[in-house]
Amino acid sequence: MSLNLILQNLANGLSLGSLYALISIGYTMVYGILRLINFAHGEIFMLAPYFLYYGVLIFHLPWWASFLVAILLTAVTGIVSERVAYRPLREAPRISVLISAIGVSYFLQNLAIVVFSGIPKSFHRPNFFKTIFQFGEIRIQSTLIASVIVSTIFLIILIYIIYKTKTGLAMRSISVDIETSRLMGVNVNRTISFTFAIGSALAAVGGILWGLRFPQIYPLMGMMPGLKAFIAAVVGGIGNVPGAMLGGFLLGMVEILYVAFLPALSGYRDAFVFSILILILLFRPEGILGKKVQEKV
Amino acid sequence: MEEKKELLFLDHITMKFGGLVAVNNFYLKLLPGELVGLIGPNGAGKTTVFNMITGIYTPTLNRIYFQGKDITGLRPDLIAKIGIARTFQNIRLMVNLSVLDNVMIGFHLHLQSNLTSAIFKLPGYMQEEKNIYHKSLELLKQVELEEFKMEKAGSLPYGQQRKLEIVRALATQPKLLLLDEPAAGMNPQETKELMDFILKIQKDFDLTILLIEHDMKVVMGICRRIIVMDYGITIAEGNPAEIQRNPEVIKAYLGVEANYA
Amino acid sequence: MGKKKEARYTILALIALAILVYFAQNNLDDYKLRILNISAIYVTLGVSLNLIFGFTGQFSLGHAGFMAIGAYVTTLLVLPPWYKEMIFIIKPLIWPFTIIQAPFLIALIISGIFAAGAALLIGLPVLRLKGDYLGIATLGFAEIIRIIANNIPQVTNGALGIKGIPEFTNLYWSVGVAIFTIYIVRGLISSSYGRALMAIRENEIAAEAIGVNLTYHKVMSFTLSAFFAGVAGGLFACLISTIDPKAFMFTMSYNILLVVVLGGMGSITGTVLAAFFYNFFLEYLRSVEAGFSIGPLTIPEIPGLRMVTFSILLLLVIIFRQQGLLGGWEFSWSRLINIIKKIFFHQRATEGGNG
Repeated sequence: MSLNLILQNLANGLSLGSLYALISIGYTMVYGILRLINFAHGEIFMLAPYFLYYGVLIFHLPWWASFLVAILLTAVTGIVSERVAYRPLREAPRISVLISAIGVSYFLQNLAIVVFSGIPKSFHRPNFFKTIFQFGEIRIQSTLIASVIVSTIFLIILIYIIYKTKTGLAMRSISVDIETSRLMGVNVNRTISFTFAIGSALAAVGGILWGLRFPQIYPLMGMMPGLKAFIAAVVGGIGNVPGAMLGGFLLGMVEILYVAFLPALSGYRDAFVFSILILILLFRPEGILGKKVQEKV
Repeated sequence: MEEKKELLFLDHITMKFGGLVAVNNFYLKLLPGELVGLIGPNGAGKTTVFNMITGIYTPTLNRIYFQGKDITGLRPDLIAKIGIARTFQNIRLMVNLSVLDNVMIGFHLHLQSNLTSAIFKLPGYMQEEKNIYHKSLELLKQVELEEFKMEKAGSLPYGQQRKLEIVRALATQPKLLLLDEPAAGMNPQETKELMDFILKIQKDFDLTILLIEHDMKVVMGICRRIIVMDYGITIAEGNPAEIQRNPEVIKAYLGVEANYA
Repeated sequence: MGKKKEARYTILALIALAILVYFAQNNLDDYKLRILNISAIYVTLGVSLNLIFGFTGQFSLGHAGFMAIGAYVTTLLVLPPWYKEMIFIIKPLIWPFTIIQAPFLIALIISGIFAAGAALLIGLPVLRLKGDYLGIATLGFAEIIRIIANNIPQVTNGALGIKGIPEFTNLYWSVGVAIFTIYIVRGLISSSYGRALMAIRENEIAAEAIGVNLTYHKVMSFTLSAFFAGVAGGLFACLISTIDPKAFMFTMSYNILLVVVLGGMGSITGTVLAAFFYNFFLEYLRSVEAGFSIGPLTIPEIPGLRMVTFSILLLLVIIFRQQGLLGGWEFSWSRLINIIKKIFFHQRATEGGNG
């Protein structure tokens, strides 16, 4: 394989990875705080490009304004889903919350079918995103560059929020111990809402960039990327935000390079990803950046 | 020492977690029929010793022998099978199962019938099941828990739960019983009953007992021999009178609680 | 109540059920039969998942994968060789499927064995994991099975799937298998081995400390559970007559999980009721989607509305009744008779404890 081709694939992997990174943060933050695999997160991701699509088509908003509105609406959806479906179950057995998450996932998926119809829609790409940059032999779509830049910006904002603001401190403290945090005066409900808002907003950015990259949107589009982003979160160390980013980038890279190096086996790409998940779970369940916890006997 | 062969022999075992040495060079010989107390401040490494004996941890250094056989690193269920049973500091009952079921589970490891005869309730299995049922009831009778046999184990009061856990351990028909703070959380009356109970089962079931306990009344009252640990090492060993006089022990541990003696 | 009397009631109930099934099979239309068949298959799936999840406490999301194995094995065994040769168009079918054909019963048993074999291979390493991690790992394996099915057209006809599978599944089969599954799982659960499984669910460390071999019991439960899922997969294939890898997405595992949790984990009775309730209800909701008119107003057909309604109701049930429909409640004759006595004779009947 030529150097150029390798660079081309690396660029591809990096940009796909940046999308996984954006989605996986929502999983990891929610798991860190509620110990819940939010099965509905993939559907949150799917809603954002639809919001943008209709913002442009029906409300004739400029693309950038529609982009912001879509992120806002998705964040609100995330907050509402937590309020309605997870908060009443805060004290319930964890399996009930998981079933609730499956319920939300089915609800959003089918609501999308009802409202947006099940037929795939082609996602409008502003001209800027159609440009192709040429670096010597390497041709890179501007979408790819945009995903890397946009996701990096959002990830930096996130890191700032988590480690430098009071809300971030509250988030970190309730992920260690909800009850103690409550006693120390942390507003638990508000912080959890905020966590869902951030996770959903990042998934929204991911979803829109996904729509630009694979310019078709449909109600079931969140299932696979959602599942894989969750895998990325596990690989990085579930509950660990930098871990989720790292896991996302690694997963994107691995997927692209797998297909590049083993084109004959490309049909097994997702099986390969799942195998990595299982190996990580068996040999390093705490993930790459997570900490080991042992049950006290 | 007499000629009696030891039941349990911890040959200078050491347990490290990363850089932390939880138990250092711990030596213990238990003779059949002994009732030995293991005491020491919190974090001294007592429960870690139990966890090594019962196979939850494998010692970083050196070996453990039971009836002359090397059992180091054996799986916990196999340890139970060869005759070592234990209770836990934080009670571990099957809280949603009935009191009776909790005891009957203890007999499972001696079950002879295979899976098929158990599923299809073949006569051989039914006979065994009947025996287990009666033996379990018998055990519950001895600790006066029979009337609660159909209650959920988790609904019993704390003291009763501790007793039930001991009975469950007895159901495995052990030679050696390890009790991890059996008197924790009990009131003086319950503690008194517990001491009698421990002495009674030791006699009735011909047991060797190793006991971790913070309540000095219990340890001094029923143990002939006491081992004191601190920071993972043995700092003293002897009979209750010797332990109470030992300056090391007083310094490390008993100083504050000497009034119990 | 005596054991003998209980057994007599059970036999009477089974005879009544057999008569009922006979009449249903001969008098109901295909549509209704199909719903009853699907429900009975869900009973098998739900009860088998309840064994590993509800009773053993091991979170498994792999049932779709075991079903897939069963469905493909049954299909390949019951289809006649000439037909298989005809429909495998991406790549020719490989030996020995080109020559063998087996009766339905044999095919179902072999399906179960294959699914159980896969479970044994998967379970040995994976059942060391706990909780969510185990759930995700089993989901991963089920997806791998599906992806493999997609990629070996010489066995599965790839994404095109296999059509024209003989519709052998009728109520005798689906209800028969469901009853057999319940019989085996109940037999296991009520035995010393079953107590060991529940001990693992309640407290793994304590179970091991009293001599329960964790690996043996978990793998046994997982394998048996997968066996029944495989058989159910075979029944499923011969009911809907068309299978392709997409039919066995992880959402299939979710649906079985829903049935178990809605029925109440660790309750076989609950699973049976929930399986029927779930499928009847989903069918009933088709009317919501089909479009209807209220006076002059006509609501057109709206695809998706059925599942929207379903998911809202699912959320309501899980939020307001977390322990499922029956909690851990289990059917027994003495309980039923007590209830009847209370209702009709206003008697204070005593709860029959059994020993």
